[in-house]
Amino acid sequence: MAGTFIGGVHPDDSKSLSNTCEIIEMPVPSIVVLPVSQHIGAPANVVVEKGQSVKKGDIVAEAGGFVSAPVHATVSGTVAAIEPRNTASGRKLLCVIIESDGEDSWSDGLNSKQDISSLSIKEKLGLIRDAGIVGLGGAAFPTHVKLSPPEDKPIDIVILNGVECEPYSTCDDRMMIERPGGIVEGLKILMEILDCKKGYIGIENNKPAAIKSMQDAVKGVDGITVEKLKVKYPQGGEKQLIYAITKRKVPAGGLPMDVGCVVQNVGTSAAVFEAVSLKRPLLERIVTVTGNGVAKPVNVLARIGESVENLINVAGGYSENAAKLIMGGPMMGPSQFTDEIPVVKGSSCVLVMNEDETDTGEQLPCISCARCVDVCPMRLMPSTLATLVEYEHWDDVKDYGVFDCIECGSCSYICPVKRKLVEYIKFGKASLTAISAKEKAKESSKEEKPEK
Amino acid sequence: MSKMFKLSVTPHIRDNTDVQKIMYSVILALLPAAAGAVYFFGLRALWLIVLSIISCAATEALIGKMLGKPLTIFDGSAVITGILLAFNLPVGVPWWIPVVGSIFGIAVGKMTFGGLGYNPVNPAILGRIFLLISWPIQMTTWHKPNGFTGLDAETVATPLAVLKQNSRIILNRDSSTIEAFNSATSKIAELSDSYMDLFIGNVSGCIGETSVLLLLIGASFLMYKHYIGWRIPFSFVATVGIFTWIFGGYEGYFTGPWLFHIISGGLIIGAFFMATDMVTSPITFRGRIIFGIGCGIITSVIRLWGGYPEGVSFSILLMNITVPIIDRYTRPRVFGKVGK
Repeated sequence: MAGTFIGGVHPDDSKSLSNTCEIIEMPVPSIVVLPVSQHIGAPANVVVEKGQSVKKGDIVAEAGGFVSAPVHATVSGTVAAIEPRNTASGRKLLCVIIESDGEDSWSDGLNSKQDISSLSIKEKLGLIRDAGIVGLGGAAFPTHVKLSPPEDKPIDIVILNGVECEPYSTCDDRMMIERPGGIVEGLKILMEILDCKKGYIGIENNKPAAIKSMQDAVKGVDGITVEKLKVKYPQGGEKQLIYAITKRKVPAGGLPMDVGCVVQNVGTSAAVFEAVSLKRPLLERIVTVTGNGVAKPVNVLARIGESVENLINVAGGYSENAAKLIMGGPMMGPSQFTDEIPVVKGSSCVLVMNEDETDTGEQLPCISCARCVDVCPMRLMPSTLATLVEYEHWDDVKDYGVFDCIECGSCSYICPVKRKLVEYIKFGKASLTAISAKEKAKESSKEEKPEK
Repeated sequence: MSKMFKLSVTPHIRDNTDVQKIMYSVILALLPAAAGAVYFFGLRALWLIVLSIISCAATEALIGKMLGKPLTIFDGSAVITGILLAFNLPVGVPWWIPVVGSIFGIAVGKMTFGGLGYNPVNPAILGRIFLLISWPIQMTTWHKPNGFTGLDAETVATPLAVLKQNSRIILNRDSSTIEAFNSATSKIAELSDSYMDLFIGNVSGCIGETSVLLLLIGASFLMYKHYIGWRIPFSFVATVGIFTWIFGGYEGYFTGPWLFHIISGGLIIGAFFMATDMVTSPITFRGRIIFGIGCGIITSVIRLWGGYPEGVSFSILLMNITVPIIDRYTRPRVFGKVGK
C-alpha cells in the first residue's frame, strides 16, 4: 500500500548518479570550521579560547538556552581562531576553528558503552541534549526539544523520515542500506522517550534496496513497520509525510505534535542511538556529493566542520563546466558563491550543476494555467500570491496564506512561463516580517514616551 | 581563491514544459477536427482555416511591433485562436469574414490588454460573436456537408435549428395548423436517425464543431497530457445534459433530448477547447466547476428559450467576465486550516 498526499510534482530523481556508491569514510581533516549556529534556535556560546587544547568531543560552545544545541570539537587539536567565516547560509557566522593534532583522541568519558536499559528517560534525553543532536534532514531543529513536547500534546506515533524526496540526494538511502541497525535501535529509544507504541519508517518506492534492508531490520520488532510511499516530491515534507502515513492533517501554523506525531530523519535516529548507547556526540554525518559538475559522485562520511572543498576533491573535483554549487537538493537547497564553507549538522547533500543546466528560462506573464495551484502541497495559490507580492498588497499576501508555504518549489518547477514564484513568496514573507517588526518597534517606543 | 559560482533562488530545476509545448499540443489536438472539416466541407474549409490563422498571426505581430514588444506569434496562441475562430464559421462565408473576425478578436480581445495572459475574454469567442452580430446573415447560413463536391446552391438549417423551430411549433400547437404540427413532429423524429451523423460530423454546422468524434479524440490527448482538466468540460456538458433533459422536451418535464443536445452544435468544441482556455478560466478547483455549470446554464437557456438556436459562444463570453470574482470567492482551503 503506497500512501501519498495532495499535489506534488515528479522531477527526474537523478539518484542513479550516487545511489550505488557505498559510504566512504573521509580521512581526519587537518582543519575544522565550526559555526556556533548550526541549528534552529539560539546560537551556542563559545566557551574556549584561542590557543586552547581540545579533545574530540569537547564542548567548544554551550547551548544558548533550551531551544539550542552545543557545538563540539570534531577533531582533537588546538583552537586556531574564533572569528566569522562564510557558511552555507550565505552569511558570515562566528566559527571556532580547530587545527588537528593528528591524534584524533576522544575526550574523557565519551565513546564508552552505556547500559541503555538502566538509563532513565530523563538521562537518555540528557545524553541526546549533551550530544548536540539536531534534525539531520536539513532543518536542524534540536532533537531533545522535539522529544519534550508539552503535557497537553500526547504523542502516539513516531515517524522516521526515510523518504529523501529531493532529487540527487542519496545519503539516507545508503544509510538505510548499509547501517539499518542503528536507525531501528534509535527509533526504539525515541518511542520509549515519547511513550508511544507505534513507529513508522516512511520510504519512497524508488529505494527498493533500502526498503528491503529496513524491512529485514524491523522483523520481529513490535510496533514498528516500514511504510512504502508513492514517489512524489515533496513527500518528505513532514506535513505531507504525516498525512500520507496516518491521514492526519497538521493544522495550518501548527506542529506535528498537534496531531500526536513526531517526525525524525533516519539519520537523526541513528545519531540518537550512538549518543545514548555509546555516549558519542554528533561529530560526523553522511553527505552525498553529486551532480554532473563533479567527476565522480560519492556518499561520504564527513566530520562536521570539514571544508566542502575537500568533499569535492573526494568526488574527483569539478568538471570543466561546473557552474553552480548547491548545499542541499535542487528544489530547496541554497546556492552558494564559494566552496570555502564548512559541512554543518544539517548538510545532507552537495550538488554541483554544469553551465548548461543552470538556465531556467525567461520569465513571461502568467497565463493562468493553474498548474501551480494543482501541484501546491499546501493548497495555496502561488501565482496569485506572487502577483499580490508584486503589487505589495501585504494584507492580502498574509490572508492568502503566504506563511503556510513550505517553499518546496513545486510551483516554480511546474510553471510553464518560468515565473519565479518561490522567489516572490520568500520576498513576501521577508517583507511582512520586516513590516511587523517595524510596527512592534514603533509600538514599544510609543509606550516608552508618554503623551505630553 | 576558490571558484566563484552562479547564484539563484530555489528551485534550481524546472519541468521542461513551456508555453510553446502546451500550445503546439493543443494545435495537434485540433488537427483531427481540422481534417474532418476539410473532409466534410471541402477545400473551402481549409482556405478559411488558413486565412484565419494568417490574419490572427499578422495582427498580433503587427500590433506587437507597433507597441515595441518582442515577436510573440511563435508561442502558438495566435495560431490556436485562428483555428478555433475558423472552426466556428459556416463553410459558405465570404473570405473577408475570417479576416475581419481575426483582426477584431486579436486586436480588441488580446492585444489591447497586453497580449497573452492579460486578456479577460477568449479572443476566438469575441471574434466569433462580433461576426455573428455584425453579419448575422452570413454567419447563420449553412450548407450540407458535401465534401469535395463543393457547396450546394441551397442552404439548410442546422440540427439544433431544426429542433428549435419545430419545438416552437409543437409548443404553440393552438396557433399552428394540423399539417404544420405533424410536419414538425416528424421532422423532430427524423433527428433521432441522425445521431450517428451528429457524432461523426456528417451534418450541417460550423466547419470545426460538427464532428464530436474527432474533437473528443483531440481532447482525450490533451487530458492525458494534463493540459486541460476534467472539471470544466465535464461540468459544462453535464449541466447542459441535465438542464435540457429537465426543461427541453415538448412532452413535459424530464423528457428532453439531452443526448441530442450534447452532441449537437458547438457544445463539444466549446466545452473542451474554448471554455478550457487557460487565461480566461478560473484557477481554483471549485471555481472551474462553477464556471462550467454557469456556461451550461446559459447555453441551455439560450438554446431553449433565447433567440438563437445555439448559445455556447455567448455563455463562454459571459462566464469569462465573471472569472476574477469566481476566483476570489473560491479559494482552496489551505492544507490543515481549521475553520474558515
